[in-house]
Amino acid sequence: MFPPIPNPPVTPTPPKFGEADLIRRSASSVPQPAQHLTEVAKLIDVSKCIGCKACQAACLEWNQLHEEIGINVGSYTNPPDLTENTFTLMRFTEWVNPETDNLEWLIRKDGCMHCADPGCLKACPSPGAIVQYSNGIVDFVHENCIGCGYCIKGCPFNIPRISKVDHTAYKCTLCSDRVAVGQGPACQKACPTQAIVFGTKEEMKGWADGRIKDLKSRGYANAGLYDPPGVGGTHVMYVLQHADKPSIYAGLPDNPRISPIVETWKGVTKYVGLAVMGFAAAAGFVHYLVAGPNKVTEEDEENAERLTEGTAPPPADPAQPQGHA
Amino acid sequence: MTNSWTDIRNTDLVVIMGGNAAEAHPCGFKWVTEAKANRGAKLVVVDPRFTRSAAVADYYAPIRQGTDIAFLNGVINYCIQNNKVQWDYVKAFTNAAYIVKEGFAYKDGLFTGYDETKRDYDRSTWDYVIGEDGFAVVDPTFENPRCVWNLLKEHVSIYTPEMVSRITGTPKDKFLKVCEMIAECSSPTKTMTSMYALGWTQHSKGSQNIRTMAMLQLILGNIGVRGGGMNALRGHSNIQGLTDIGLMSNLIPGYMNIPTEREKDFTTYMSTRGFKPLRPNQMSYWQNYRKFFVSFMKQMWGPAATKENDWAYAYLPKLDVPSYDVLRAFELMHQGKMNVYFCQGFNPLQAFPNKAKLAESLAKLKLLVIMDPLQTETARFWENHGVYNQADPSTIQTEVIQLPTTCFAEDEGSLVNSGRWLQWHWAAGSPPGTAKTDVWIMSQIHLRLKELYRKEGGAFPDPILNLNWSYKDPHEPSPAELAKEMNGSALTDVFDPNDPTKKVLEAGKQLAGFAALRDDGTTACGNWIYSGSFTEAGNMMARRDNSDPDDTGAYPKWTWAWPANRRILYNRASCDIDGKPWDPTRKLIEWDGSKWAGYDVPDIAPTAKPQDVGPFIMNPEGVSRLFARGMMREGPFPVHYEPFESPVANVIAPKIKGNPVARVFKDDLAQFAETASPEFPYPATSYRLTEHFHYWTKNNHVNAVLQPEFFVELSEELAKEKGIANGGWVRVWSKRGSVFAKAMVTKRIRPMTVDGKTVHVIGIPIHWGFIGAAKKGFGANVLTPYVGDANIETPEYKAFLVNIEPSTGPVA
Amino acid sequence: MNMELSRRAFLRVSGAGIAGTSLGAMGFGDVEEAQAAAIKPFRLVNTTETRNTCTYCSVACGIIIYSKGDLKKGEKADIVHIEGDSDHPTNRGTLCPKGAALLDIVKAKTRLTEPMVRRAGSDTFEPISWDEAMDKIARAMKADRDANFVAANKDGTPVNRWTTTGFLAASATTNETAWCTYKVVRSTGMLVFDNQARV
Repeated sequence: MFPPIPNPPVTPTPPKFGEADLIRRSASSVPQPAQHLTEVAKLIDVSKCIGCKACQAACLEWNQLHEEIGINVGSYTNPPDLTENTFTLMRFTEWVNPETDNLEWLIRKDGCMHCADPGCLKACPSPGAIVQYSNGIVDFVHENCIGCGYCIKGCPFNIPRISKVDHTAYKCTLCSDRVAVGQGPACQKACPTQAIVFGTKEEMKGWADGRIKDLKSRGYANAGLYDPPGVGGTHVMYVLQHADKPSIYAGLPDNPRISPIVETWKGVTKYVGLAVMGFAAAAGFVHYLVAGPNKVTEEDEENAERLTEGTAPPPADPAQPQGHA
Repeated sequence: MTNSWTDIRNTDLVVIMGGNAAEAHPCGFKWVTEAKANRGAKLVVVDPRFTRSAAVADYYAPIRQGTDIAFLNGVINYCIQNNKVQWDYVKAFTNAAYIVKEGFAYKDGLFTGYDETKRDYDRSTWDYVIGEDGFAVVDPTFENPRCVWNLLKEHVSIYTPEMVSRITGTPKDKFLKVCEMIAECSSPTKTMTSMYALGWTQHSKGSQNIRTMAMLQLILGNIGVRGGGMNALRGHSNIQGLTDIGLMSNLIPGYMNIPTEREKDFTTYMSTRGFKPLRPNQMSYWQNYRKFFVSFMKQMWGPAATKENDWAYAYLPKLDVPSYDVLRAFELMHQGKMNVYFCQGFNPLQAFPNKAKLAESLAKLKLLVIMDPLQTETARFWENHGVYNQADPSTIQTEVIQLPTTCFAEDEGSLVNSGRWLQWHWAAGSPPGTAKTDVWIMSQIHLRLKELYRKEGGAFPDPILNLNWSYKDPHEPSPAELAKEMNGSALTDVFDPNDPTKKVLEAGKQLAGFAALRDDGTTACGNWIYSGSFTEAGNMMARRDNSDPDDTGAYPKWTWAWPANRRILYNRASCDIDGKPWDPTRKLIEWDGSKWAGYDVPDIAPTAKPQDVGPFIMNPEGVSRLFARGMMREGPFPVHYEPFESPVANVIAPKIKGNPVARVFKDDLAQFAETASPEFPYPATSYRLTEHFHYWTKNNHVNAVLQPEFFVELSEELAKEKGIANGGWVRVWSKRGSVFAKAMVTKRIRPMTVDGKTVHVIGIPIHWGFIGAAKKGFGANVLTPYVGDANIETPEYKAFLVNIEPSTGPVA
Repeated sequence: MNMELSRRAFLRVSGAGIAGTSLGAMGFGDVEEAQAAAIKPFRLVNTTETRNTCTYCSVACGIIIYSKGDLKKGEKADIVHIEGDSDHPTNRGTLCPKGAALLDIVKAKTRLTEPMVRRAGSDTFEPISWDEAMDKIARAMKADRDANFVAANKDGTPVNRWTTTGFLAASATTNETAWCTYKVVRSTGMLVFDNQARV
């Protein structure tokens, strides 16, 4: 058993990280912190998951989110997709293994992966709406969000959702408020079988090794860790029985990477002006791409050039999320 | 559970059959995943559906619901045929060598003594040969053809792999694979745990389902050992406690019995409860029955229970039928024979079979009293909710009083978990509105009734007027006061029977345990098995020391376990005949040459010599029973019987419908579908989903989000045949009612071949009703048959017949 | 008492200066003024902790209930959060989807708050006082018991039973409530008495 984290404090506890630990901030720059926090990670072991949805319940409860009561559409996946209130969602797939002809009920907890190289943050045109701490947590700051939806476009995992109420983007915070006082996220705390564990990223990789060894001993020759390099690795990782085929797990991307168009765009739009345009104007971003930004750092220019290799990518509809295999 | 949740970590093989622990008991299931991760344990799931337990299993085998006995008798047969038996255990700790009376026989599905009109047996031949010395005759060589082992061997021999597959629908290769995995655990150093729940109990032969696995576990030597046992996962948070305390028609706390009317007086009552040992040196612990009983009567009626009046024996009601269980209660109500009914935190309109009958029954009451923290369907049975509850209030004369009670978060006291731990909890929140505790309400009922009888007199007021009610605040006894009563105390100074000058207990002191109980009226004890829970040392149930020496999983100082803080029952059987652990790496207790000691409280007298005294101390034999004598109504060995509604006739006894000794009320019989009915071709089964708890969490917004709407599950093959679309509406009906549901078309249910016939199973989750936050829906009990298990009357919820068709959904 | 499980400090920050610094004191000077804190204040601060057991299944997971106000001090207490107890040997802080949403049943919209009565033939519940409700119940019980109590069977054997009134006991109440219920019900001679062990 992975040692449980002690019960949460009820006396005032100074947060263990904060603004001084930011390493990235959307559409703006931050001074690099003097010291890096130890990187944290959540490890989701799909092979131990019993699909009970305790993580979903705990997430709704801790974050005081009010999801709508839906209807049954012939699936255990409820609600049918992530929403601005459902930050995490169990996705159920009935998969017949062609090698054994046995049914495998693959159950994957979907949610923000907290990428080391976060596409949402890079796509975000609004200064300070998305931040990344040196411990790896990528968080949304709603006061700064303009609801343009580019974060969705930027996310290779199709995670953020725009609220119909306040028109800002929402996703898993990795329970930054809990982590700040030394707790694990609510989903991890609840998980009955420790299919979700939380600790330093190094610890999690080590723990995953043990799990993979066990799975291989049970005949899962391709068991492995999902920590995709295309996004610089993630702070939410999976142990998969069939790591050679991530996409069988309800479309987990085989090789996620930030869309080149987002990289380009991120490189050319870091200015406050876009913030007031809102979502409706987003489709017109090609114009800005062509007309050129009026406030670009040298570094951004270089990145943009490198990523696009001097070629402007074709325009795409940013309202249409993609990146799902 | 014979063992505890935390002990499951010690196992080598988990067999989940008759349950679905991952969904119904997720946090307990973690000890399965721990055993897998740390010990390399394997998990086998046998279930009609590929459940979420199956999703993380090493091996899954499908089985048609209601055929578990055929499957398990087949496994026993496999173990015997392949010599996969823990012989030393079987020889020393079971009744395998006992000789059975002449006359006992089995033929065509029935044992000797069956009376078809009574649907009952004369069980006089179902017993041992008793020798001239007064003890049971045994043949340790097993040569006598009438010894239990040889009779068992013959009895299970018809359950060949071919026969098992023909009855159960389990493919033969899958059945044999499960046999192989189980048979490995006949080694003294390999253990298997059986995790089961309502998947076994909710059948007309539920008790025998469990017994068959218990027999298998004995043959494998897996009872009393770490990582082994028969583990009833149990449903609600304190159903173990409610049963321990005897809140059933025929029980006295601590599994004693309410007298029947044949037991006219206390002497007659005690005459069948001597429990004389059937073998030399055996403890036969029920020999202490009189001490437990007298102490109970003293706790109930104090000074009014005297030696002269047989400890107020007259105050106890006498049964004229075996039990007044819920099924009989609603039958009586239906016949107009009941007037007032109380439901304390219970929603029978959803929980019991044949909703239409239940609603008709409730409408015949004069008064229905509801005590509940939540709105329930039962409290509103008279309210019209369209197709979900068609009622005309103007025609229903029942008065309903609905009393708001506190919930767990607002009260204090102990709950017993399935591992028999009594865990104390404390109140955290103020109750809503004017909600009261159940204790306050029950006290009001008593005090007001007593006052009426005191003033007006009436029918036999004595047991009410004399009920011991000496609490600081009679209107609301404190949880500690009530807990202390159950533990028991000395009423006067108590002296050593061998030395009357030696005072062993002081008047007024709490007892240290049930060993201190007396049958002379000097001790009082509400529930002998809880004695030791609240002693002079304090409230043992409130202990919170989670230390666990050598990580055995026992946690001996965490709260308190009955009996005597023992964590694994029959733990003496974890050692061989000489008292040495079967598996030294899983030591529990051992004989050190002069006494038993170890990690757990020994389940035997501490100085009982291992070669002399058997581990099954509650049995007069001192050993466990492969042959049940007359304890089970169906017979001493388990037999495969079909459910009362079945798609096929009983292959081994085609003339027998259902369980031949199950109680069936006349009107209900007419509401059973015929065997292999073309009108109702599909066997259905009902069950829980992990997102919900019975009919409670449909009141919770979050749980309603996670599983919002009533659905039924069916195979892709049947959906195709019937033109049913996934997520579309269907109508499902039985001979008792009809429901509309969404269809969940899945690969997790597959057609089975049973006796050459293709059988499609339909799955029906139970959680919806017409009250709460979730979408309105139907209870599975609209469809289910009104018949219970022959021994304990658990309704047959797991196997019944329905039909299904695509639909456009309900018209509101 | 020993409350220790194996514990670890897994989230040790690499810099010593950060611990002990409050979010506010760290300031926002290094980035734009408009920036707001993303990290919410920890919401269990200054709540009262109470040990309890999950009300649902018989795994009996340990829980900690967090409330504003402390019953032990005679205050009104409002429950704000419920979480698994990490010190509990069985659940080690975990909870299932029902347990993780326990707050929702405590605060359910369908919680009952006042006694109600539905009169014969009526289509609605109406309020009734506790006193009137309890009197009505006691009176109905006595009337039925006096009319239908069976003191002796037809053979003349004293049987002292009452079978026209029945009591269905709960499944999640405490042992102490169960014992109190047992005493009250049994003392009347009632035999139609059962619990939820089977469903």
